Amino acid sequence: MARMKFLCDDDRCIECNACITACKNEHEVPWGVNRRRVVTINDGQSGETSISVACMHCSDAPCAQVCPVDCFYFTDDGVVLHDKDLCIGCGYCFYACPFGAPQFPQDGAFGNRGKMDKCTFCAGGPEEDHSEAEFEKYGRNRLAEGKLPLCAEMCSTKALLAGDGDVISNLFSQRVTQRQLSQEEPDSGTAQVKLWGWKTAYKD
Amino acid sequence: MKLIKRSTSPSAAHQKNLNRREFIKHSGLAVGASALASQLPFTMMEKAQAQATQLTNTPEIATIKSVCTHCSVGCGVIAEVQNGVWIGQEPAFDHPINLGAHCAKGASVREHGHGDRRLKYPMKQINGQWKRITWQQAIDEIGDKMLEIRQQSGPDSVYWLGSSKHNNEQSYLFRKFAAFWGSNNIDHQARICHSTTVAGVANTWGYGAMTNSFNDIHNSKAILIIGGNPAEAHPVSMQHIFKAKEQGAPLIVIDPRLTRTAAHASQHIRLRPGTDVPLILGMLWHIFENHWEDKEFIRQRVYGMDKVRKEVAQWTPDKVEQVTGVSENELYQAAKTMATHKPGTFIWCMGGTQHTIGNNNTRAYCIFQLALGNMGVAGGGTNIFRGHDNVQGATDLGPNAHTLPGYYGLAEGAWKHWATVWDIDFQWLSGRFDKALYDDGTGANKRTMNMSGIPVSRWIDGILEEKQNISQQDNIRAMVLWGHAPNSQTRAPEMKKAMEKLDLLVVVDPYPSNSAVLHDRTENTYLLPASTQFETYGSLTSSNRSLQWRDQVIEPLFESRPDHQILYQFAEKLGFADQMFKHIQVKNSVPLIEDITKEINKGTWTIGYTGQTYERLKKQQQNWHTFNTTTLIAEGGPCDGEYFGLPWPCWGTSEQQHPGTPILYDTTKPVAQGGLTFRARFGVERDGVSLLAEDSYSKDSEIKQGYPEFSADLLKQLGWWNELTDKEKQLAEGKNWKTDLSGGIQRVAIKHGCAPFGNAKARCIVWQFPDPVPVHREPLYSNRRDMVNKYTVYGQKYLTTFIIIDLHSVCYRMSKVHFSA
Repeated sequence: MARMKFLCDDDRCIECNACITACKNEHEVPWGVNRRRVVTINDGQSGETSISVACMHCSDAPCAQVCPVDCFYFTDDGVVLHDKDLCIGCGYCFYACPFGAPQFPQDGAFGNRGKMDKCTFCAGGPEEDHSEAEFEKYGRNRLAEGKLPLCAEMCSTKALLAGDGDVISNLFSQRVTQRQLSQEEPDSGTAQVKLWGWKTAYKD
Repeated sequence: MKLIKRSTSPSAAHQKNLNRREFIKHSGLAVGASALASQLPFTMMEKAQAQATQLTNTPEIATIKSVCTHCSVGCGVIAEVQNGVWIGQEPAFDHPINLGAHCAKGASVREHGHGDRRLKYPMKQINGQWKRITWQQAIDEIGDKMLEIRQQSGPDSVYWLGSSKHNNEQSYLFRKFAAFWGSNNIDHQARICHSTTVAGVANTWGYGAMTNSFNDIHNSKAILIIGGNPAEAHPVSMQHIFKAKEQGAPLIVIDPRLTRTAAHASQHIRLRPGTDVPLILGMLWHIFENHWEDKEFIRQRVYGMDKVRKEVAQWTPDKVEQVTGVSENELYQAAKTMATHKPGTFIWCMGGTQHTIGNNNTRAYCIFQLALGNMGVAGGGTNIFRGHDNVQGATDLGPNAHTLPGYYGLAEGAWKHWATVWDIDFQWLSGRFDKALYDDGTGANKRTMNMSGIPVSRWIDGILEEKQNISQQDNIRAMVLWGHAPNSQTRAPEMKKAMEKLDLLVVVDPYPSNSAVLHDRTENTYLLPASTQFETYGSLTSSNRSLQWRDQVIEPLFESRPDHQILYQFAEKLGFADQMFKHIQVKNSVPLIEDITKEINKGTWTIGYTGQTYERLKKQQQNWHTFNTTTLIAEGGPCDGEYFGLPWPCWGTSEQQHPGTPILYDTTKPVAQGGLTFRARFGVERDGVSLLAEDSYSKDSEIKQGYPEFSADLLKQLGWWNELTDKEKQLAEGKNWKTDLSGGIQRVAIKHGCAPFGNAKARCIVWQFPDPVPVHREPLYSNRRDMVNKYTVYGQKYLTTFIIIDLHSVCYRMSKVHFSA
């Protein structure tokens, strides 16, 4: 059974923000809500590194553990989804998440938090696949169309990978091997194996 | 904003099953899997496939192929349109250039089709207030005013500022329009981006364009980027750069800033801005010192390298460090990397070109590649990344102050060539221009017809300068800013003043751009809504000289109209539509794009825009999945053997079925299959030294030496004249490969394995330029006063060409606005 995962190859991420744009465009995500973003560390300094981050769809998702109304659920593909009809916008998941994934629209009365919104791995929500209600609440359900998350599909340098965890980790290790083989000077540092966020999200 | 729902409930009428084949397509498996397997992330999804539900759509969603309009990489776009509304974008995995990838710009092109910020209908300023008017009223009022200005001040008082956002057909039509209006006061953005490249590179080896392709970078063993930041400006090109890098090619980035590109460099060199020439010469110092140069290549194919050696000899490492700030060790390392990793590619952008000595910079870059013998080889070349999506096409065919389409220039012969193509009387055309003679800046008197118009960087001066200082009848009194927001130009306070002085300001743009709001005008200002390229169709030329065909995604939004329609309406109003559209079908005031493509094919022999018919381009677009993602050659399918986009030069008539030239000056292939020599553009000898190639020729060439460009006379001398058909002979008599409308001269030359433009050496000395060999001159805004007098800026002699604002002490002013290219 496929276990869906994200992996961002930080040797390739150039902080072009195509993933964010593709996501916003695909799901008609409202202003102020960013299901995905690019984080840059050491910006402008030697060693500058960028990673594209969204919900990592953790195996033992902290968001689900803390949710007081138990609105989270897991699909057979390991995608972490939530039911906006149950969500009360308390924000606990936001504090629990190590990746800052949960987003809250602030357009309610008195500026209070609306229902949580986050990356769905382009897998929609509990509503019927491709229904109007699903699109309104969660955006497009690409997985049900046999497609993968658009952020990864459109990544300009194919840095962001999404899909069956086994396949993408294979692919990534192929890349790392290739990079190591092609390095004339092995200690040049570019070939270090870095799996950003992987351990936190998936443990093994 | 939720624009439209994507799909409806499964009970709807049309049911579309996603079969396995389509599924694989989406998962990316179908894309040259063998070639790029290690790059493709989408080889998975067994579960999702099993789960794939029936996708039901009412009404049907159409997928339409287009090309991104944001930069010159030329990424394929797949648009999903439902009920005439652009509802989504899918990755074009099988497009050979972007392989499904997009940057933030490409991922959001659908916004053009939303129209939130679009200009909706023609507007006019009355008493400082914008008021909606009809198209008819706008065309009539603007046209009447222009005719009045023409009457009083001559045709040169109206300036037509075009755009690299036009497609090829519109760019060409725009240039033609100005010719029929009777002025060379027309230009576009290329003037302020890569014009120093085009002039510098074309003067080195013949053509002023990117020599290889983005995909060809896969073959590079080293990559050097100077003054370029593709991670931000051409993000999808980084996919190809990374492929080479991950195969072991070191990536050297030379830039004063630690850019997003530099963040991924194997070596990042920070130079003092404006010291490109000493830096490159400093690298050449190490190359010559260690005998790393390609001596055989230089002997066979390069003229004047000895003069370069002399200049290089003085750029010792300590002196280079003093001027550029780069240490000997760093530069030695970079030079060694490039010398020991061959072929290496050399990439540059605005960081190199936008200098008062941009020309010297670009020529220094070329000389560097010539010294290493990196030209005309896969993985090598000068890969000059252009800016706008169609800036290459617009430079080749369109709005330029210094030339007619195809770089024919403005001499009488050029006008006669195009008058023949247009099937109009040359005298009539000549009569459209001002008949008086003016100083062309060099002391010679010419008509404005034969003199470069005012370039885009100088239109402000055309308005504000004293009338007697301008080589035309009167100041510019009307400006048409068409697809051209002046944000990227300097001198904003003067620009504002200039805009306010105008009698008439017309802005034609999909958006109310900066040109609409920068000034404080209150009257005689018009905004006309143009459509984007997604609301029309036609061809464009990407940076790598590949032409692609766009299909129309949606109907023009609101009251916007495509550029060629607006041009027709103006031509009709101004009274020359019958002549201008003699061989172009016009339906409901919309000229037929295909007829314009045909006319381009008919006349543009110089750079080989003759073989790319719309039929071939459309066929390629439909079969873009058949092209190899590294070589760009179609492997099987209906385009078998053709290169993607029929990169120019695509020689001869379309009957010749030339496959296009993927790599310029590559002698390992026959000319008929995309091979080429350096162009014999600068005569056959100089000071008694031959400029023609020695012992170097393209594969299967029957002439095993250098040879001049082909003409009717040369064919006769070679005894090949009788290979022309009688019909070809009739048209070719007295002509050369550039002006023979039959294409016979090109056909016979290529049949014998020869390049129509000759076989010469590339030259390191451009004797017509202020600095024949590139030398260092301090930037005008130098922070090193101690260097200013040592490496002086250009003297008074060249002040007619450039406006020079010298922070050191003086503020020079130009005396003549007209500019000689």
